[in-house]
Order: sequence, then C-alpha cells, then structure tokens
Amino acid sequence: METKPTCLLKGTDLSCIRDDRVLFEGLTFELVSGQVLLLEGKNGSGKTSLLRILCGFREPDAGQVFWCGDAINDSQYHTDMAYVGHLDGVKKELTVLENLKVSLALGRSGQYSIQQALTKVHLADYDDVLVQALSAGQKRRLSLARLLITQNIVWILDEPFTSLDKQGIALIEILMSEHCANGGMIVLTSHHDIDLYGVDVQRINLS
Amino acid sequence: MSLSYAFFAIIRRDLVLALRRRSEIANPLLFFILVITLFPLGIGAQPNLLQAIAPGIIWVSALLAAMLSLDSLFRSDFDDGSLEQILLSPHPASILVLGKIIAHWLVTGLPLLIISPLLAIFLGMPAHALGILLLTLLLGTPVLSLIGAIGVALTVGLRRGGMILSLLVLPLYVPVLIFASNAVEMAGSGLPVNAQINILISILFMALVLAPWPTASALKMSIN
Repeated sequence: METKPTCLLKGTDLSCIRDDRVLFEGLTFELVSGQVLLLEGKNGSGKTSLLRILCGFREPDAGQVFWCGDAINDSQYHTDMAYVGHLDGVKKELTVLENLKVSLALGRSGQYSIQQALTKVHLADYDDVLVQALSAGQKRRLSLARLLITQNIVWILDEPFTSLDKQGIALIEILMSEHCANGGMIVLTSHHDIDLYGVDVQRINLS
Repeated sequence: MSLSYAFFAIIRRDLVLALRRRSEIANPLLFFILVITLFPLGIGAQPNLLQAIAPGIIWVSALLAAMLSLDSLFRSDFDDGSLEQILLSPHPASILVLGKIIAHWLVTGLPLLIISPLLAIFLGMPAHALGILLLTLLLGTPVLSLIGAIGVALTVGLRRGGMILSLLVLPLYVPVLIFASNAVEMAGSGLPVNAQINILISILFMALVLAPWPTASALKMSIN
C-alpha cells in the first residue's frame, strides 16, 4: 500500500442529536496515518452514530468531517475508506469465496489476494462453504477479511471483537497493527481493551 | 475493479442468490398464473366476455405480481448490511442499483413474459395479438421494476412499509397499465398500435435513465 503522508481525517465541532437528545457536541479530533482512534463510552452514548457520521451515512447535526482538507462528500474519501459495522454485510446464501469476490468487485483490489486474506483470517479451508454454515466468530473474521482484499486507508470498525474468541481478538489486533504500520488509520469502538504494540492510540470518551 | 465489472458482479450475485432462494422466483409467477386461471372460473361460460377483458386481466395480474415481488428487491440486503457495503463502494451507487433492478427483473419479470402467451391463449386472446402482448410486457414490466425500486428504496427502512409502498407506486404504474392493455386490445381488433408502443418505449427509456438516481439517494436516506 502506498503511504500518503498528507492524509488526515479531521472532525471539527461535531455534534449529533437523536430524538431531541444531544448525544455529543463540540467533538473535535484529528487522525493521521498510523494512528488509531478508539471511541469509548457507555451504551447509547453515540459511538455508532459517530462512526456512521464518519462513514458519510449520517450528516452531523453541526460541524464537519474533512478528509485531506476536503469535506468527505467532495473528496476521494469513499475510495479510501472501508467500514465493518454491527451487521456483517455478507450474504448467508453465498459461499465465502463468492462473498469476497463481490466485495472485491465493488472496491479496488488491495494488498492481498482473496486466498491470502482467507489464510490471514484463518478461513483458508472454508472458501466453498456457505456463509450460513459458519459460526458467528467466523462470519466476523470473514467480514474483516474484506478489509484486506480491498485497497483502503481508513478502517472504520464498529465493535470488531464481538463474538471473536481470544485467538481471534489477537489476530485482529495483529492485522490492525500491520495496517497502521503500513500508513493506514483506524477508527473503532470497542468494549474490549485493545492492546496494539507500538501504535499511537487516541481515545475519546463520549459519556 | 472497473465499474462495468462491479455492475455485472452485482447482477451475477443477485441471480445466484435468487437461484438459491427459489421461492423468490416462484412466488410472483405462481400468483400471476393463479389469478389468471381463476378468472374464467369466476366469470363462467362467457368466452366472448373473457376474450374482451383478457388484455386487462393479464396486465393487471402482471402489475400486481410485480408489486408483490418488489419488497424482495432491497429487503435482504438491508437486513444483513450488504446494502451499506454497496453504497460505500467508490462506484456510483445509481449504476450498482440499476444492476440490482435488472437482476430483479430477470428473476421476477422475465418469467411472467415467458408464461404469458400460454395464459393468453387460455383466455381466448386472438393469436395475432400475442406478439403485441409480449412486446408490451417486454417494455412495460421493466418500467414496473424501475419505478417500484424508488418506492422500495423509500420504504425499506420502515417496519411496515408495504401499505405506503402500494400507495406510492400504484399511481405511477397507471400510465403503463393504460397504454399497454390498450395496445393489446387494439391489436386484438386488428388496429395499428404504433402510438402506444412508442409511448411505452419512451416511458421505458425515461425510467431507465431517471429511476436509478433517486433510488440510490432514497437508499442512502433509508440506511441512515
């Protein structure tokens, strides 16, 4: 992956109001290549809402999000960003391989081939298995494999460790460290305390 | 990957999915066949009456069958998060959405087209009107999918969107119904139908160009 030193994800004065309740306001942050932004806070504090604002799904009620100096809707942001949310975003009637082929077709091919990515997330022998036959943790690893086969700089992950076992969590932490070392940046929410060696982790507490 | 590759990947994906969930193909088709076969039973032994209203019966059934199948267009993608991934793609969402609509038509509209000559003969429609019937279905049913997609995109986020969907979409279906069934009726009596066919063609092209864009915007609103 080519490193762009100028890449900067910046949120200025963001606020989010849901059903007349202010979830957060005046939130400002800056994230550069190689950094991780960890959002903390209790349930309902607006972590997922913030992530969806950063994805461009939701407009912030005030403030703006910038990518490399441009507002995210006017920039190349969508080519540089990948999102794994609560929902796995995989079709249960398709096989593991078919799902990844569709994801690859929708994005730009990245650092790893599909086979390499499956090996990385320990699903190498499952390529022709229907997704509905996978366990919840395996589905999660499959949706994370999507990040590896497409080319992107920003990973936006909503509770990436849900339903993963200890081994799976360690695996994802390694992948995240590698991504940061390659000049990527990650925004994530997690209840699990992350343990990233040698990575600059910013924390925002929304409660 | 290039846009055309993504476009065909979406179509291929939806066709494979439909093949693995066969009820999706069977449901609208079965509905279409059932309604049309029930009409002669309900009307009784009046072949002339049946022949006279055959174009209307076939077209109304096709329209209702298309409406019945609409909800499946984005529902499962919305529920499992695939829709988010499609909209996040760097490719224009309207083109990818068009791919989904085309796949949906191939799965739900095309079978109606194939079975309709048989049902038309069953209703006593004259043989020289069959060609025009097929032509109107070929031009009209894609319009039903394209216009319906806007309605589904607007209502997919609602828990009970079915009622609103019919109210939104049905008025827009009316022109297609009027021109198409009128064309088949005229063809049955041996009159020229160029005008109706030309209007259907222009409706189809307008829908093809104009429908995907609001559909994509509405989907972006719905996943909010």
